[in-house]
Amino acid sequence: MRPFGRTAALAAGMALLAAGCNGGPGGGGGKISDGKIELAVLNDQSGVYADVSGKASIEAVKMAVADYKAKYGDKAVAKKIEVTSADHQNKPEVANSKAQELYDRQGADVILDVPTSSAALAVAGVAKSKKKIFMDVGAGTTALEGAQCNKYTFHYGYNTYMLAHGTGDTVTRDGGKNWYIIYPDYAFGQDMTKSFSASIKAAGGTIVKNDPTPFPNDNFSTFLLKAPGLNPKPQVLGAMQAGGDLVNLVKQYNEYGLKKKGIGLAVGLMFLSDIHSLGPDALAGTKFSDAWYWNASPDNRAWADRFKAKTGKRPTFAHAGNYSAATQYLEAVQRAGTDKSDAVVKQLEGYKFGDVFAKNAQIRAQDHLLLHDAYLAQVKPSSEVKEDWDYEKILKTVPAAEAFQRPDAACKL
Amino acid sequence: MLQQAFDGLVSGAFYALLALGLAVIFGMLGVVNFAHGAFYMLGAFGAYVVLDDWGVSFWIALPVVPVALGVVGVVVERVLIRRLAALDPLYNFLLTFGLALILQDLVKREYGVQSQPYPRPSALSGSVDLGLFTYPAYRVFVLGVALVACLAVWYVLSRTRAGMIVRAATERPELTRALGIDVGRWVTPVFGAGVALAGLAGVLAAPMRAVNPLMGSDLIIAVFAVVVIGGLGSIFGSVVSGFAVGVLTALTDFYVPSLSQTLVFILMVVVLLWRPAGLFGREEGIA
Repeated sequence: MRPFGRTAALAAGMALLAAGCNGGPGGGGGKISDGKIELAVLNDQSGVYADVSGKASIEAVKMAVADYKAKYGDKAVAKKIEVTSADHQNKPEVANSKAQELYDRQGADVILDVPTSSAALAVAGVAKSKKKIFMDVGAGTTALEGAQCNKYTFHYGYNTYMLAHGTGDTVTRDGGKNWYIIYPDYAFGQDMTKSFSASIKAAGGTIVKNDPTPFPNDNFSTFLLKAPGLNPKPQVLGAMQAGGDLVNLVKQYNEYGLKKKGIGLAVGLMFLSDIHSLGPDALAGTKFSDAWYWNASPDNRAWADRFKAKTGKRPTFAHAGNYSAATQYLEAVQRAGTDKSDAVVKQLEGYKFGDVFAKNAQIRAQDHLLLHDAYLAQVKPSSEVKEDWDYEKILKTVPAAEAFQRPDAACKL
Repeated sequence: MLQQAFDGLVSGAFYALLALGLAVIFGMLGVVNFAHGAFYMLGAFGAYVVLDDWGVSFWIALPVVPVALGVVGVVVERVLIRRLAALDPLYNFLLTFGLALILQDLVKREYGVQSQPYPRPSALSGSVDLGLFTYPAYRVFVLGVALVACLAVWYVLSRTRAGMIVRAATERPELTRALGIDVGRWVTPVFGAGVALAGLAGVLAAPMRAVNPLMGSDLIIAVFAVVVIGGLGSIFGSVVSGFAVGVLTALTDFYVPSLSQTLVFILMVVVLLWRPAGLFGREEGIA
């Protein structure tokens, strides 16, 4: 082959690779039929967020179905309940078409999970046009209950305000006044930066600079080298990265010895699996906001034991959140006596409850945001870690009324 | 500024090590090896697995894992690549592409997508004073190993008889064959050596980057662009462009962070418009 032809073939191949061909859709089928509830879990099953939520969330939803059946027995309104799933590969366009397929062809009554903010917003649009229920657990953006809210979409779990309010506020008040924020350059990172900046400023802090970083990215050294030279010198490096990117960043933060140079680390969003990847010592002392922790109470632990028996792992807050969302959906169907979307929405709006995931919880009627207790956590040093996966110390509970923002005027249901 | 540029050399070292293997394999076999990123990932996982399962330290993994992967490369060449050599190069391209996905999924199946912990070797955990600035010792080490590996490859290729044959076969396969040299005999070790270089890059990456099944596929597209910039099949070009792209990316990160991800592709387009065969590629044959 001649060099030019070779180059062309290579370019075609690169385009193919860039387009990404990792894994097809998961899940099985189901036809629309009366008297059947179909719960669909739409999330990342092979990419960067597959361990944070992924296939284990399907198990969590199945646990919710089993518990509902056991609780109501013959009195259950929904006699036949099925769980299906699909992989959105973290791409909004894939999420859009999968959501349409799940609602139309697979007869899904509710779509659950949907991490990755851009994908979640796409699904919210589909839910609105199909008048079908969508309960988002995995995505962080506040746009879901703000400008892009709608009658059929519920934001269930956490959001960037909750993360920023706990971490940004506390770290600033503890003396970390000057922040250098680096964020992955996509919807989630941009939204996080906005929420953190607001929270830091409200607590009397300053944003020295914020820089977008490539996503995904394996080399953060430029930003780490830049940090000590900024004027004024930042006291805190605010990292908005998640998953593998966060792992890369923390490894390199330690390598450059920034802590010794007086620049502390604050992490926007961290999952249990991230701490496991880095080992607790790489993060010891780091404070962050958490929506739920498996070993925070005997109840949580009992549920986490059941989850571990099924999946072999300890649950992240996303797993527990999916269990809770599926449970509350089924409870709402039970109260409504039907699975018609409008009737179920009415049952969910304003509903107050408490379950293994959501404590002191209420689904706010104005914008469909789930309010519940959040937590400020700290990573334990390995000397305090007594068993596998027990990496967090809960420093304080942020009550439900404080943990989340006021309703956004832009949201009109 | 100087420190940023120096830091670019370290990421350039990874590009160069990977591009070097790709260029040699491509030049001699005509195979666009899309599995190269997966071999890099296996290098890092190899280091993790031997540490986690057998307690084998970084210092032993550093030579052993690349050699083991080189053997895997030899098997892959013998069992798979060779069979398709006579067909259109597209077949081998699809084969390696599929192989990359399979390797990635097998690792994913066993370990999930979350990153695996891998500590920095304690002997290299501090910083060293380089005169103008202090710098993490491990990164200096990575740069040193990469330079030594590149020099060693250069020495073998330019100063030994075997290297001469490989070079001849890389640049002019038909002519070399016409001179009565059995090019096919050299193909297997060259493929193995290329894979071993990717494995070496992987082991070096484990203490400083996230060890997960996707680490290779995230990197390989940029590395292909590096190879194209250097000139397909040009050994010297791939090393030079590897380091150059590393430095330019670091400087872009510093001044215009939002541009850094696309920089390598912009460079590729510019270079191809200017010199369609890449910076150090052969111009002939372009009609």
